[in-house]
Amino acid sequence: MPELLSVRQLEVSFVTDQGVARVLEGISLDVGPGEVVGLVGESGCGKTTLARAILGILPLAARIRGGQIVFQGRDLLREDAGLINDRVRGRAITFIPQDPYTSFNPVFAVGTQMMDLMKWKSPRVEPGHGSTRWPALLRGYPRGRYRADRQSVLDILRAAQLPDPGRALQRLPHEFSGGQRQRLMIAMALLPSPDLVVADEPTTALDVTIQAQILKLLRGLVKERGVSVLFTTHDLGTAHEICDRIVVMYAGQEMESAPTDAFFRRPAHPYTRRLLESLPGPEAEIHEIPGEVPSLIDPPTGCRFHPRCDYATEECRAGLPPARPVGVRHDVRCHHPLASPVPTGG
Amino acid sequence: MSQTAPPLLEVVDLARHFPLRNAFGRRTGWLRAVDGVSLAVRDGETLGLVGESGCGKTTLGKTVMGIYTPTAGEIRFLGREIGRLRRSERRKVAKHLQYVYQDPGASLDPRWRIVHSLHEPLKIHTTLSRAERSTEVHAILRAVGLPDAHLDLYPHELSGGQQRRVGLARILTLRPRMVILDEPTSGLDVSVQASVLKLFRSLQHTFALTYLFISHDLAVVRAMCQRLAVMYLGKIVEIGETRAVFETPRHPYTQSLLAAVPRVGGRRVSLEFVLEGEPPNPRDAPSGCRFRTRCPLAQEICTAEEPPLREVAGRLVACHLA
Repeated sequence: MPELLSVRQLEVSFVTDQGVARVLEGISLDVGPGEVVGLVGESGCGKTTLARAILGILPLAARIRGGQIVFQGRDLLREDAGLINDRVRGRAITFIPQDPYTSFNPVFAVGTQMMDLMKWKSPRVEPGHGSTRWPALLRGYPRGRYRADRQSVLDILRAAQLPDPGRALQRLPHEFSGGQRQRLMIAMALLPSPDLVVADEPTTALDVTIQAQILKLLRGLVKERGVSVLFTTHDLGTAHEICDRIVVMYAGQEMESAPTDAFFRRPAHPYTRRLLESLPGPEAEIHEIPGEVPSLIDPPTGCRFHPRCDYATEECRAGLPPARPVGVRHDVRCHHPLASPVPTGG
Repeated sequence: MSQTAPPLLEVVDLARHFPLRNAFGRRTGWLRAVDGVSLAVRDGETLGLVGESGCGKTTLGKTVMGIYTPTAGEIRFLGREIGRLRRSERRKVAKHLQYVYQDPGASLDPRWRIVHSLHEPLKIHTTLSRAERSTEVHAILRAVGLPDAHLDLYPHELSGGQQRRVGLARILTLRPRMVILDEPTSGLDVSVQASVLKLFRSLQHTFALTYLFISHDLAVVRAMCQRLAVMYLGKIVEIGETRAVFETPRHPYTQSLLAAVPRVGGRRVSLEFVLEGEPPNPRDAPSGCRFRTRCPLAQEICTAEEPPLREVAGRLVACHLA
């Protein structure tokens, strides 16, 4: 199966007052067509940085030191910036932010904001529309296309189960509850008919009953449309709910990538196993991971988990091994995986 | 835990209403954040208080603590009414009843050395000499798992986890009987959360503490609490032994809440999740049972009459149909 998105050996550093933080160190990740991939890890592991690197919206302090982000056969890091803005960002790849409260402009009606988006990113817009010699503000919105776009906005709001879509478009963002605002965000992300949606912790700010509704809705909508999703979350339960495959990151390195079922049943990386054990379960025992997450400015050598790992040896200090398959689409980057590697080749 | 011993803390029909005002400062109504809550916390137990945002669980905790004055009802702690004490009297209660905010480390003064922060509560509340205070501070610091060398550091020199431990040590220097923990693990990663929960357990054991554990995270509450109270829009809808509530929730809201919690391994819970809509605004809570607008079982009686908390199968449930 050809991948929709392949990240290869991506290295991103942040320049800080204390020094250079190596936030992503040789990350590789694949997202297949129509696949919902979860990117899980603790805060500071680099999952949001990776999501932003894919969208090309890293903060100014970030430096991409190497690697590739191949999307539909094109390396986004080497492609012309204007072309990416016109055809990829906001069109083929869209974004659902964590915080639906601050992502809308508070002084414009929701409908105005959605139609603004559609003016430039509607699937009916021919490529090249955005790059003219006229300032963007002076460009008109063709009548016929406006009507068609407005209809698709109403359709998608209905699909997102927002009550009374016609009236909803005239309301201001603060008139919606948190769950409804996240429904609006999901609708907006799907409007340009993207191939990939990057969702950055979209349910973290929501209560569990609302979260369950939103996860059900999101999974239904993307599966129906065949859209791929890269879903970052720190909550393993949420990842279990929505993902087909899970990639776990630790301190800027990807540790394991496995189909959801195998990830929870047969974790092969010692870190994954520790992480799963630290979830509070019905039994009284609580397991912690000894030690603390390392600083990214002066990270441990080799596998960055080795100072906290029970199985660490000299090898682990020396270097991080390449990903090794231990099952179907199940890869682990560890010298001492808890499942025996599948022999490759032959 | 014997059933006959009087509870350490008893709350009877407690209410806390906030006035809603318009732009001219005129009162336009009341927000009934806590509206007639009764519960008892037994000595040595951990009582979980769960509910979604806006259900009034933090307001309840703060009212018990005396940060808000109750609008109505009684708070009995160690056998006496503490809801309407004068400030000076109330202060004496604080020695036995302490409140832990989400991040206790953030409550430390950044310009004070740790030793100064830990001595302060003892200076205010006790008449111990400097040497006695010092012994006490050392003992507490050891109990939360920090070396003595940390005493001379400033908060910024410690990691977030260590700051949290110091914050807890500060609360424990007075040897309280009861501690109210307000969302102590929200925003933490699971591995850090595990170590924090372990610390709470060992401190409970060492200092014979009673916890009121306020949280929205049901998995954490299940791991920590012997009993569980579920709140919805300012009311308690169900209260009982944690295990029993998890196994056979009786109130329709508890059932929906438990059904919404993602469980790793097994089926996806969102596939079968049926609860629709969102909690109504607490400014105009529905008449009768407050959950009826979202309840799949709602009937006429639910609109007409507010269900009282009554005993069903060894626990208290506020539902006409339970």
